[in-house]
Amino acid sequence: MKTLVLVEHDNTKLNDATLPVVTAASKLGEVHLLVAGHNCGSVAEAAAKIAGVAKVHVADDPAYAHGLAENVAPLAAGLMADHDAFLAPATTSGKNIAPRVAAHLDVMQVSEILSVEGPKTFTRPIYAGNAIATVESTDAKLVITVRGTAFEKAASEGGSAAIEAVSGPGDAGISSFVGAEIAKSERPELTSAKVIVSGGRALKDAETFEAVITPLADKLGAAIGASRAAVDAGYVPNDYQVGQTGKIVAPEVYFAIGISGAIQHLAGMKDSKVIIAINKDEDAPIFQVADIGLVADLFTAVPELTAAL
Amino acid sequence: MKILVPVKRVIDYNVKPRVKADGTGVDLANVKMSMNPFDEIAVEEAIRLKEKGAATEIVAVSIGPAKAQETLRTALAMGADRAILVETDEEVEPLAVAKILKAIADEEQPGLVILGKQSISDDSNQTGQMLAALMGRPQGTFANTVEVDGDSVVVKREVDGGLQTVKLALPAIITTDLRLNEPRYASLPNIMKAKQKPLSVKTPGDYGVDIAPRLKTLKVAEPPVRQAGEKVADVAALVEKVKALGLA
Ligand SMILES: Cc1cc2nc3c(=O)[nH]c(=O)nc-3n(C[C@H](O)[C@H](O)[C@H](O)COP(=O)(O)OP(=O)(O)OC[C@H]3O[C@@H](n4cnc5c(N)ncnc54)[C@H](O)[C@@H]3O)c2cc1C
Ligand SMILES: Nc1ncnc2c1ncn2[C@@H]1O[C@H](COP(=O)(O)O)[C@@H](O)[C@H]1O
Repeated sequence: MKTLVLVEHDNTKLNDATLPVVTAASKLGEVHLLVAGHNCGSVAEAAAKIAGVAKVHVADDPAYAHGLAENVAPLAAGLMADHDAFLAPATTSGKNIAPRVAAHLDVMQVSEILSVEGPKTFTRPIYAGNAIATVESTDAKLVITVRGTAFEKAASEGGSAAIEAVSGPGDAGISSFVGAEIAKSERPELTSAKVIVSGGRALKDAETFEAVITPLADKLGAAIGASRAAVDAGYVPNDYQVGQTGKIVAPEVYFAIGISGAIQHLAGMKDSKVIIAINKDEDAPIFQVADIGLVADLFTAVPELTAAL
Repeated sequence: MKILVPVKRVIDYNVKPRVKADGTGVDLANVKMSMNPFDEIAVEEAIRLKEKGAATEIVAVSIGPAKAQETLRTALAMGADRAILVETDEEVEPLAVAKILKAIADEEQPGLVILGKQSISDDSNQTGQMLAALMGRPQGTFANTVEVDGDSVVVKREVDGGLQTVKLALPAIITTDLRLNEPRYASLPNIMKAKQKPLSVKTPGDYGVDIAPRLKTLKVAEPPVRQAGEKVADVAALVEKVKALGLA
């Protein structure tokens, strides 16, 4: 079986989100990668070095510069004539493109797989991870998105895959990129961070969130996350949201500060190795999953903790 | 311009789903069901576009059991103009839902189709993208802001790392994210009025769509349960624990 993995990148750097997808693909068969972008030669070179990759297909065209699904999906669907499975990371970009590829191929996508159980059998979470379904595809080709935290990352060095230029239909002419507001931060990325400090509604406002959460995260070299309530209230940007409908994380240590522990939040962080919760309500549901809990007012406890570390 | 809004009846987001003892699925007997929260946001956005004069008619569609009429009545009470129920007791997968919606779009010729980004039941996050592909039209997924501008729509999208803005030629497909708007509650008079609004009932066969599942569910199981750990007495004790983890 030959697989085609969609590489996530910004035309200069390969995004690590690709690496667990390579691992998932290698359980199915020979791994080929697709780099669709513009002036993306450095990405193709980095992709060719990933251990276990047999071939890198590069489509270099202005139409693919911003990963527009309308343009990338037909390209990927075309390449699927020679491949049996298409895999993408379950990132916002992968989720945007993969179902469009599936529809072009007339197959049902298997979303956000947690494991490969057989050539066509996978597990995936449903109902905010409150149930795990084992599903078997009956389609001739597979289209899959992969939950990054569920698979080891493939080694980013060690491979020497052949790089082959490919082309697709190019610009479908129905959509265009206008702009992006992407925050550049020195902090570790949320989905790959070893330690995450997350704050909830209790943090009051953006200034208070910054004053209480940031110093602790700085001390720990941690990424910062948040509950939906904190994002909706504008304390932090939307891409900080951890949960069923935000980012799925599984760090070594996850701090939940002033977060109640709604099922939608737990869905995004309950696979963390150690969960530490600080909440003033001793009955808060977050304590049912926390390894270490402190019942306290966060406005005194967190600064004390930060000072003592 | 007409707007089509697909709405799904799902388990209420406040209910904790329980896996059936026989491992065949999640127990939905006697469980509170509601409109998928992202679809409420979709209905709200359609109403706002109509209030701004960018849209003239809102058609809500649901594919599901007879009870999905309740979900459609909720959409009508919020402000949709009419509704279509495509009735079936089978579970319909996103690909088949997208095919039915494509057939309805062919009949109705909407300028926009606004869906939720994900159903909180199957967590697929596929239907809108599939529909867009089947229609050969552009998609603005995970929408944070939507502005109709002549024969195109500008969509600000919630993406990893921040926000991305795209311009799409109409007709276009949009899927909603949480920050797009805050849905209104239907008022009592509007709930009464909604009972008189037209609701037509169809079947998947009327649209010539085969809804046989492509994915076979072999088993549905509980996830591994996490045990609660210990509570520490004070910050000093927490500091010790944190240090013991090698964090400082
Ligand atoms: C469709 C849908 C999708 C959703 N997706 C997500 C998602 O992806 N991620 C997510 O997080 N949520 C999601 N939610 C929202 C979720 O249901 C909860 O509303 C949300 O997680 C609550 O956030 P919170 O814990 O910060 O706020 P609250 O539930 O209000 O909890 C605040 C907590 O802070 C504690 N507190 C208050 N003051 C202090 C203090 N001084 N010191 C210490 N503790 C204090 C309180 O005891 C309380 O436990 C979603 C909801 C829906 C409907
Ligand atoms: N059975 C259905 N009836 C109506 N709309 C649906 C149905 N299934 C999915 N949708 C729409 O597609 C969106 C995404 O669903 P999903 O792809 O299942 O996560 C939902 O938010 C709805 O807007």
